[in-house]
Amino acid sequence: MILSQQMVLGVMIGGLYGLAAVGLSLIFGVLKVLNVAHGELIMLGGYGAYWLFVLLGLDPFASLLLVLPLSLLLGLGLYWALFGFVVRADEETRIKNSLLIGFGLSLALHALAVRLWTADERGITTPYAGKVLIVGQLAIPLVRLASLAVAFVLIAALHLLLTRWRWGRAVRATAEDWQAALLAGIDVRRAYLLAFGLGAGLAGAAGTLVSVGYSISPSIGLEWTLKALIVVVLAGLGSVFGTFVGGLFLGVAEAASAAAFGGPYREVVGLVIIFAVLVARPRGLFGAR
Amino acid sequence: MHAERRWAALILLALAGLALVPLAVRRDDTLNLIFLILLSVTLAQSWNIIAGYAGQVNLGHAAFFGLGALVTRTLWIGGTPVLVAMLAGAFVAMVFALAIGVAAFRLRGAYFAIGTLALGEILRITTGNIFSEISTLPAATIAAYRLTLRYYLGLGLAALAVVVGATLATSRLGLGITAIREDEDAAEASGVNALGLKLTALAAATVLAALAGGLFAYYHISYYPQHPFSPHWTFDALLITNIGGVGTLHGPVLGAVFYVLLKEYLANRWVDLHLLIFGVFFIVIVLLLPGGLVEAGERVRRLLRSRLRR
Repeated sequence: MILSQQMVLGVMIGGLYGLAAVGLSLIFGVLKVLNVAHGELIMLGGYGAYWLFVLLGLDPFASLLLVLPLSLLLGLGLYWALFGFVVRADEETRIKNSLLIGFGLSLALHALAVRLWTADERGITTPYAGKVLIVGQLAIPLVRLASLAVAFVLIAALHLLLTRWRWGRAVRATAEDWQAALLAGIDVRRAYLLAFGLGAGLAGAAGTLVSVGYSISPSIGLEWTLKALIVVVLAGLGSVFGTFVGGLFLGVAEAASAAAFGGPYREVVGLVIIFAVLVARPRGLFGAR
Repeated sequence: MHAERRWAALILLALAGLALVPLAVRRDDTLNLIFLILLSVTLAQSWNIIAGYAGQVNLGHAAFFGLGALVTRTLWIGGTPVLVAMLAGAFVAMVFALAIGVAAFRLRGAYFAIGTLALGEILRITTGNIFSEISTLPAATIAAYRLTLRYYLGLGLAALAVVVGATLATSRLGLGITAIREDEDAAEASGVNALGLKLTALAAATVLAALAGGLFAYYHISYYPQHPFSPHWTFDALLITNIGGVGTLHGPVLGAVFYVLLKEYLANRWVDLHLLIFGVFFIVIVLLLPGGLVEAGERVRRLLRSRLRR
């Protein structure tokens, strides 16, 4: 019974892994840059919701409507100021330069967050935080269940955007082959900008959900970047729902390994999976296409 | 190629000069600062060998530093002479690196970076789980602690790192290694054994990093065994090398001097903002001066030369 309880909790955190990874995957797949400061964007989103809650008393689920667009704007700004220069280079240089810029950015954002909010761990405690849904012998925290639902809705919305919207299709075309997209008359730079903005917006939304059901601190960035990377490698690029399922899988795998080897090792399982997957498919799951 | 030899000679000369410092300066803070620079030179040069010369952006470098520290500390506290313990640490790390390298080198570009980052974190978390207690030197060892010993060891290691770097840069072996960086497929097509050379570069880089880790273990009175595995050691090496000039012999050396001094200055001047300033500064360097300080120096020299000709 304890095991199935942990599995349920694993699915719920897994939904957030999926949401965190979808943004990173979009940016990586379209721009071919690796934004290692993705976790810091998640962290900022979390603090955004925290601020709105503490200063204005805004419910975190309602503040998503503010945090997501603000994170999107931040993403547009970051693309305009930094990553827009990186995408001018060839693919290998793009990866290296984006890594370097991402490190600088994560250093700066981390320091900024410590300055603004101190290094303490924070979380948002809503009036309904303790509510639990009892299903059979399972206790399901309502807030985390709601987070999972929101994550799913956001991912479905992204799927619709990318398949139905004109510019969404342009983004996907750019991801498949930017030269062909350019020849077909697509403004590739604008597709890049859009993908980066959407990715950052999703990171902000993921951060908001993390601050409700879990906790945030300025140093969670690397941890979340790693989770997102694990899922991206696991799920491959190009499928939004595939990435979400990859996130759920990681959540369950962590819960299972925590049950099998004890809590401290829950962080290791995902890393071992990523290494094994990478070595089995050296070009990553890129090669699947 | 000749330029690299000249730089190596110049740097070794400067290191020889530093050997005289403890005779004149008795202040521990000065010696500690120079020690920190020397440790950074070694670590950055070792990262430069694998990432700068061979072009393999290794984000798990801290694993090698950490393994060196772990083995050295355990053996040394157990009674083994420190040099033997450091060599043992380097050997263990090298064996580990080669075993992992065969698998990891199947990865390219972003996937190599992700894979090595994951690897470093696996080792960090596992070490933290197994050795969760802080490691402190026995009282007798603390009483007999001599900073100058550590200082000279750091000096020796930095010199070794420069010699290894220079040997790689000026040899046929190094030519093959840089060819892999430029275009691995083309290098293989012209007869370069890519995997073999990448493993050679990795082994050299790992030995240096593990020796630096061993020195760290010999230097620090007490720390958590997990600490040397922290990814910030990798990031330090990466920042220093890129600030100085990636893929050059003197870049990591200039970078280390600049990095340690600037960080120390910023930390004193703007206590809680120094990392923010530092991060922004680093981004500016990457965007405007991708060749780091070395490129800046060359631009200035070219400018002066064209002015003088007129």
